[in-house]
Amino acid sequence: MSAVTVLAILVVIVRAKPVIPPEGTAANKAFSPADFPAVFAKEEGLIGAAGAGAAPPGAGAVLFPVPAPPFSEGVFPCMECHGSIPANGERRVLEAMHGDIVLHHDEEHRWCLDCHDAEDRDHLRLASGALVPFTESYRLCGQCHGTQYRDWRSGIHGKRTGYWQGSKRYLLCVHCHNPHSPRFASLQPLPPPVRPQFLRSEDALAAAASGGPGTDADTKENGDAGPAH
Amino acid sequence: MPDPRTDAITCGDTEDDAKVDPVTLSRRDFLTAVGMAAAGFLAGCSPEVREAYLQKHFLELSPPEVEARLGRLHADYAKRFGTQVQVSALPAQPGVVFGYALDLSRCIGCRRCVYACVKENNQSRNPQIQWIRVLEMEKKKGIDFEAANPYYNPEQVPDPEHFYLPVACQQCRTPQCTRVCPVGATWQEPDGIVVIDYDWCIGCRCCMSACPYGARHFNWGEPEVPAAELNPNMHVLGNRPRPRGVVEKCTFCIQRVRAGRYPACVEICPVGARKFGNLLDPESEIARILREKRVFVLKAELKTEPKFYYFYGI
Ligand code: SF4
Ligand code: SF4
Repeated sequence: MSAVTVLAILVVIVRAKPVIPPEGTAANKAFSPADFPAVFAKEEGLIGAAGAGAAPPGAGAVLFPVPAPPFSEGVFPCMECHGSIPANGERRVLEAMHGDIVLHHDEEHRWCLDCHDAEDRDHLRLASGALVPFTESYRLCGQCHGTQYRDWRSGIHGKRTGYWQGSKRYLLCVHCHNPHSPRFASLQPLPPPVRPQFLRSEDALAAAASGGPGTDADTKENGDAGPAH
Repeated sequence: MPDPRTDAITCGDTEDDAKVDPVTLSRRDFLTAVGMAAAGFLAGCSPEVREAYLQKHFLELSPPEVEARLGRLHADYAKRFGTQVQVSALPAQPGVVFGYALDLSRCIGCRRCVYACVKENNQSRNPQIQWIRVLEMEKKKGIDFEAANPYYNPEQVPDPEHFYLPVACQQCRTPQCTRVCPVGATWQEPDGIVVIDYDWCIGCRCCMSACPYGARHFNWGEPEVPAAELNPNMHVLGNRPRPRGVVEKCTFCIQRVRAGRYPACVEICPVGARKFGNLLDPESEIARILREKRVFVLKAELKTEPKFYYFYGI
């Protein structure tokens, strides 16, 4: 009796075959960087360098321009329109213009004119009333986010590229955080690594293509002919 | 009775000699014969092939010999990939020890770093080799390697229930991988990077079993890097194409960082979670992080003393 049970279990173990999930969904296909040209198109760190990789170690002279603030197409300078529109301090849903802006940034307490100067829309306005250009928007952000500002200035928060020993290119807060909705947007992850059993993926693909081990058909057939009957 | 084993390969020895020390003598003869044959074979070969067979350990090479080896590699890769590559042997700078820090409060598990690393370091596309592995862990459980999942694949990351912990070579100060290598094919450089000489590695994989972080990868098959995707900016101890049967791992992008640049994973990370620099420079980002943030290393109890730190930036 027990010998039969053991034998049955053994048969089940031996007969069990891996179920290969559909291609590419569960780590059975080897993806390569070439499959994601959009992700790897730009060599961000070297914009502005004299020829990619040409700078010698410690090349202090190579300057990396900070990218311009990420304005929507055609909105700057703001005063081209706002110069002739009287400022409206009323809290409201924007309809005539800027309909794409939905404020998700402490919207209970904040409104456009807390950061944008009512008289001079080409500048931002600090709590002190001082005006700062958009290229120095970090001073505005730093008023509330003091620890992030401190860390950003020493390179702990935020992203620096280029040379650890030499010129660095850094980004403004608004290059990563939409100031009107600053939570970092989610991304689609690049695919998982190939599971060890599929490492030689030609085998896995050939098996899947020929209806070999692990295809749906095969699994079903296994079930039908299996020791359970 | 004459020993059939010695009988078969002794030739020209007197029977008396064979009786005195049959095994030694016959082995000596055998080795001499093999040596002669090898010498004859090598004499007929090109200088490159001779160099490849009779090479010395990388650390014993004189500057001209290093040049010779680079020349051999240039010729070899030009032939294999049909394109010009630049293999450098730039040494460590004095006063520099590299360190790395990764902000776990920022990483969203997007795996951009994994593929940027594959591209920069000429890792085999198929069979797939990836030096960085991003582990998904449950916020509820904290860091738990047993329960970690490297195969996560949701539509979007980050998942609110999880956090992500990328792992590659931790560039240990007391690496166990180098201690166990029977031929000294892997060692720590003066700037702290643990490197492998792919020409010296015998593929025994002792280092892989000694590494507590699973950081080393073995070329079971012929590595495949399409010529069009080859990164031609190479270092002899780093991202140059590997042969089958050797071990490889992260070198902090030795070809980039010895030229002053940031590693490829630092450059690609969309959230700026990755920080790199000179531990000995008090003004560097990495030194500031060690001073100002609470950092930790993986498996600290093993006393491997990694130079790869994790921290929470928030
Ligand atoms: S690229 Fe950055 S955010 Fe994405 S997985 Fe790597 S470390 Fe995490
Ligand atoms: S992480 Fe592993 S491979 Fe890297 S130095 Fe430490 S023991 Fe060696």
